[in-house]
Amino acid sequence: MSLGTLYGLIAIGYTMVYGILRLINFAHADVMMMSTYFAFFGISMFALPWWVAAIIAMILTALLGIMIDQGAYRPLRRAPRISALITAIGVSFLLENLGLVIFGSRPRAFFRPEIFRPVWQFGEIHVLSLSVYTICITAVLLVFVYIIIYRTRIGMAMRAISRDMQTVPLMGVDLNRVIAFTFGMGSALAAAGGILWAMKYPQIEPLMGIFPGLKAFVAAVLGGIGNVFGAVIGGFILGVTEILLVAFFPEFSGYRDALAFLLLILVLLFRPTGIMGEVLPE
Amino acid sequence: MTPKTRDRWLTYLSVLVLLGILVLAQEYADEYQVRILNMVAIYITLAVSYNLINGVTGQFSLEPNAFVALGAYTASLLTLTPLEKGMSFIIDPCIWPLSVISIPFLPAVIIGGLVAAFFGFLMGFPVFRVRGDYLAIVTLGFGEVIRVVANNLQSVTNGPLGLKGIALYTNLWWSWGLALVTLFVINRLVKSSYGRALKAIRENELAAESMGINAFRHKLLAFTMSAFFEGMAGALLAHLITTISPMLFTFFMTFNLLIIITIGGLGSITGSVLAAIAFAWGSELLRAVEEPINILGLYTIPGIPGMRMVIFSIILIVVMIFARKGFMGRREFTWQWLFDRMHRKGIGL
Repeated sequence: MSLGTLYGLIAIGYTMVYGILRLINFAHADVMMMSTYFAFFGISMFALPWWVAAIIAMILTALLGIMIDQGAYRPLRRAPRISALITAIGVSFLLENLGLVIFGSRPRAFFRPEIFRPVWQFGEIHVLSLSVYTICITAVLLVFVYIIIYRTRIGMAMRAISRDMQTVPLMGVDLNRVIAFTFGMGSALAAAGGILWAMKYPQIEPLMGIFPGLKAFVAAVLGGIGNVFGAVIGGFILGVTEILLVAFFPEFSGYRDALAFLLLILVLLFRPTGIMGEVLPE
Repeated sequence: MTPKTRDRWLTYLSVLVLLGILVLAQEYADEYQVRILNMVAIYITLAVSYNLINGVTGQFSLEPNAFVALGAYTASLLTLTPLEKGMSFIIDPCIWPLSVISIPFLPAVIIGGLVAAFFGFLMGFPVFRVRGDYLAIVTLGFGEVIRVVANNLQSVTNGPLGLKGIALYTNLWWSWGLALVTLFVINRLVKSSYGRALKAIRENELAAESMGINAFRHKLLAFTMSAFFEGMAGALLAHLITTISPMLFTFFMTFNLLIIITIGGLGSITGSVLAAIAFAWGSELLRAVEEPINILGLYTIPGIPGMRMVIFSIILIVVMIFARKGFMGRREFTWQWLFDRMHRKGIGL
């Protein structure tokens, strides 16, 4: 369950950017990876309490997301979409390899704070408290996301731009500010997801983003890309399916990474707009 | 002599010159240089066939690592002797039909290509029901699935341990032979009515369909074709490096090819060839940045492993932002172009 919510958190970033720019931000997963390193160094080098480090990491990650957008994607706003996609793959590889160069390829142990350590028992079921907290934190963040998207001016601008990118700037909305905000917000959520991920599987390495990132993308498609709450539901379904596969068919557990893509292919075949997506005419 | 026959003879001549260079290389070049030349040829094969689907047909897909892996595994399993297989497969013994057969190199390569093509054909059905970004992700997923399967199917692929002791069959004749065949076939295909149909699909799929082109069938054709050549290139690759494991066929390989075809120009065969040569060469030259650099004997910068890929990623981003069409755009090299150039410079012929 907590795995699903983590996929959901990361998927929000994909789905928000896609909703506005129609761009699969391949670098999103690696932005998540960077966030875990920010938090890691915050805790280990500056001896910050973990929650301060986490918040600072979220802010830094948001800035990183905005920088990537301004540096790499903004010059390509009017270019064919494929160019932006290739650039996104390039940025993703750049971050991964910079990570390898700067942080080294050796995995590092990530810190799991005291309050997330105890194992709670509900009747027959043992649950790591981190899993419960993960779900709570995600819920709180989702409320924030909801408020921002549906109750603020910038959220209104975001929704408007995803409907019509040509007209909205004519109405006096600063397009680049809104896009930058979207990247910042998506990246901050990815940072939250990444840090929780690093606490769940307590080690980090520069290539750790690839699989969670791909699966989060699948989750976003599953839920209907462009739809924030669809992304969470998609993440949830994916996480639960994966855990069930491992639980009931342990001999297939090696294939769990392939499962997401099978799901993706099935969804695209039978309901290309995802579970929550609107059916758009072509 | 009409320009057409002239061009044909010039092409034959340049192939002869190339073969001459290869003979010389075989005789005089050292092992390292021969290896680079082999890699250049394999990269050319891969890049040109990948460009057929990505550049010419305009269907942005990210799966070549899957087809290369399929070709490499199939061919290696076929050429390995039963004795070697018995030694490699420690955890699970190899399954029956594969454990006893061992066939010569050429049929193994062709079967490797056919297996890749078969999977490409099957994969085409679900894959080409989606377009654009989705296509990229689905094909990327397909590549990962193949790798995951190769990692887990112990009794066929020997899992993460991979296959060892594959005979070193690939030499310059094989690798350049395949590169030339690929160039010839794909060049003819692109210039045929099929090729024009593929380009029409790239430009505007709806318009192409309304002109009576069955877009799905043409895309499937291009996909299967490129899978076939990628599979054969994979077979040659396996018999060049003699050890394969699932780790070899990650998305990383696709990324390298993507750099090659975008730098060369999406849709240009000439561009792919030039960029493949530049890439294979350049990545050897760039090894320098990963070694310690000594400035004036005073100061030593320690070598940074991994720096090459950082540079490649930056090159890709810069090319995309500032020179989106790549080196050749969609143009091709023709002899006519060369003659026109010479005329303008005042070199008469």
